[in-house]
Amino acid sequence: MIERAVAACFLVALAAAVALGVVYVAGGQPQLEGLFLMLCLGGLGIGLVVWVKALFPPEHASQPRPKLTSEPPDRDAFVERLEVGEQQFSRRGLLVRLLVGAGAALGAALLFPIRSLGPSPGSALRRTGWERGARLMSPGRDRPVKVSDLEVGNVLTVFPEGKGEPEDSAVVIIRVDEDLLELPEDRRDWAPQGCVAYSKICTHVGCPVGLYQEDTHRLVCPCHQSMFDVLRGAKPVFGPAVIPLPQLPLDVEEDGTLVARSDFEEPIGPSFWNRDKG
Amino acid sequence: MRRLLRWFDDRLAASRFASTALNRVFPDHWSFLLGEIAAYALIVLILTGTYLTFFFTPSAEEVVYSGSYAPLQGVEMSAAYASALDISFDVRAGLVMRQMHHWAALVFVAAIVVHMMRVFFTGAFKNPRELNWVIGVTLLVLAIGNGFFGYSLVDDLLSGTGVRVAYATAMSIPVVGPDLASGLFGGEFPGEFLPRFYVLHILVLPAIIVGLLSVHLALVWRQKHTEFDGPGKREDVITGERLWPTYAAKSGALLLLTAAVLAGLGGLAQINPIWVYGPFRSGEAVAAVTSASQPDWYMGWLDGTLRIFPPIEPVLFGYRIPNPFFGGVLLPGITFTGVYLWPWIEARFTGDRAAHNLLDRPRDHPVRTAIGVSVFTFYAVLFAAGSNDVLAGVFEVGAERLVWTFRILVVVLPVAAFFVTRKVCHDLQGVRGRVGTKGHRLVRTADGRYESRH
Repeated sequence: MIERAVAACFLVALAAAVALGVVYVAGGQPQLEGLFLMLCLGGLGIGLVVWVKALFPPEHASQPRPKLTSEPPDRDAFVERLEVGEQQFSRRGLLVRLLVGAGAALGAALLFPIRSLGPSPGSALRRTGWERGARLMSPGRDRPVKVSDLEVGNVLTVFPEGKGEPEDSAVVIIRVDEDLLELPEDRRDWAPQGCVAYSKICTHVGCPVGLYQEDTHRLVCPCHQSMFDVLRGAKPVFGPAVIPLPQLPLDVEEDGTLVARSDFEEPIGPSFWNRDKG
Repeated sequence: MRRLLRWFDDRLAASRFASTALNRVFPDHWSFLLGEIAAYALIVLILTGTYLTFFFTPSAEEVVYSGSYAPLQGVEMSAAYASALDISFDVRAGLVMRQMHHWAALVFVAAIVVHMMRVFFTGAFKNPRELNWVIGVTLLVLAIGNGFFGYSLVDDLLSGTGVRVAYATAMSIPVVGPDLASGLFGGEFPGEFLPRFYVLHILVLPAIIVGLLSVHLALVWRQKHTEFDGPGKREDVITGERLWPTYAAKSGALLLLTAAVLAGLGGLAQINPIWVYGPFRSGEAVAAVTSASQPDWYMGWLDGTLRIFPPIEPVLFGYRIPNPFFGGVLLPGITFTGVYLWPWIEARFTGDRAAHNLLDRPRDHPVRTAIGVSVFTFYAVLFAAGSNDVLAGVFEVGAERLVWTFRILVVVLPVAAFFVTRKVCHDLQGVRGRVGTKGHRLVRTADGRYESRH
């Protein structure tokens, strides 16, 4: 009876293996491939388990465990042998010192290629693609962004014209009711006609701050739920972020085209130890 | 068969060793199979992973997709993401392999964690097995790391976000952070991380994992497996089933069953549908990362920490300690240091430095068990906090209230878990009628009844 059950399991495995081949030749189908592979492996496995559990004689074997500690004489002999060999080195002190010194020098020399792994970031962390007069390009549009492209409540992701789409230059521009804006004193003229622009890279760990809650005027980071107050210089109001999203100073040309007044005044993105220096 | 064996034996004189090996006794308990499941998941990982390398292109080069997944045709993307799409749609059996690989990675880490909990709660890490504990913890770290690298290689929108977080976390380390991040990723984000992660993922870390696993198993072989205490059990005798044929057949069956479950999951349970997420375009309107972005489960505790850690960034002499440093570097650092050192920490407090082969019952060591449950609770809360956006949707509460709830729970629940567990352990110790465990004697009373006494 049990023998038959085991045999049945193995037959299922055999049939499933054939079916697997047929499915593959017929063009493949992920669900069926997984199913038949499961039936094949499972048939073998279950058959084997039943076989062992029901048909093997029960086993209660025992064995002495080895002592995991050496006998003291063996241990002493080993240590002694080690020290005898070591004397061949230690009796020529000058050579040992030179050997160690040369080894250390080699180790130091091998550290240099590590430098090739990546440039020291230096000032790159403090610069982006934005500069005075840079126009705002939005992916998928063929002309620079004008004030008239945005209605109050609209959000747009923009990059500096002609610079591609480098991550550090991603900016989110939001048009809000001008009367509601409460920007710091020195940034009063940074948001012409309510068009306020912030770095899109979260100052927490760098996710794109993609969600704009229009009713609360908050930008929300989808990764760790940091929230920034768009009306008040993108100050963090909740979540793990500590630093406000840096604001990009904007200006508007006569035909309504928006341009940057300059690059950001502080590093964008996640914080680093000497962010405030230099 | 005999002639073949003889041919080898004439050259190796291995008969005595081989027959001793076949006669080796292995204790039988379901919880001893957890580590084996991890090893067998690793085998599935290596087999499916090798298959995937034949088709994967670890390159960030921009290509225009022209494969058979219509919604993305004509879209610019990295060669890596395009090749991952090809594996999913245009390589026959490719999707099953990819999904089995992903599932096997999740099971691999999970089996290691559960195996480690078994070892912890039964005191199997004690003398003489501290070394194997250290190797095991290292394997866990490597498994998590390699899982992250593999997840990142696909270069879809979600994994790109994960890489960004990793970059920021590396950059948050004081003094060396910016240079370290640039060195690891090959420049300012996104750098050139794909070829690097690829080599680490398919060569360096797997080689170390296989090497360390071999040492791990060699040490088990040398020191022999622990077993549970019970009637007739002794420290200097091992009981169970012989390697040949019983244990070998059972273990082989477990390999087959592990692979069967992974094949079933790989075929029937969709995982990481990268074509839904779209390609990662650093900086571009990443509108799709608006809904729940979730890492693989074993990164959940780190993500949760990043989410609920308070907005603190100390400034000393004008220099900052960036916020992600605490959750992303300090917490894992403390965690794994504590886990590595646990065998010595415990020996120091209990004074028990003797060699043991018989396992502890968790209830007989209330403080250790309580600490274990408490720490586990701590990470479970962090893990749950990693899905707070999903939970906010399910329970229809605001994200802010939820974050505060987790900030409180992460302190309160572990403390509560400690005291509850310790109490439960003490109570269980008092259950009458148990015999055969340490500290108990079976006594026949004058009127003929049997009692278990301390």
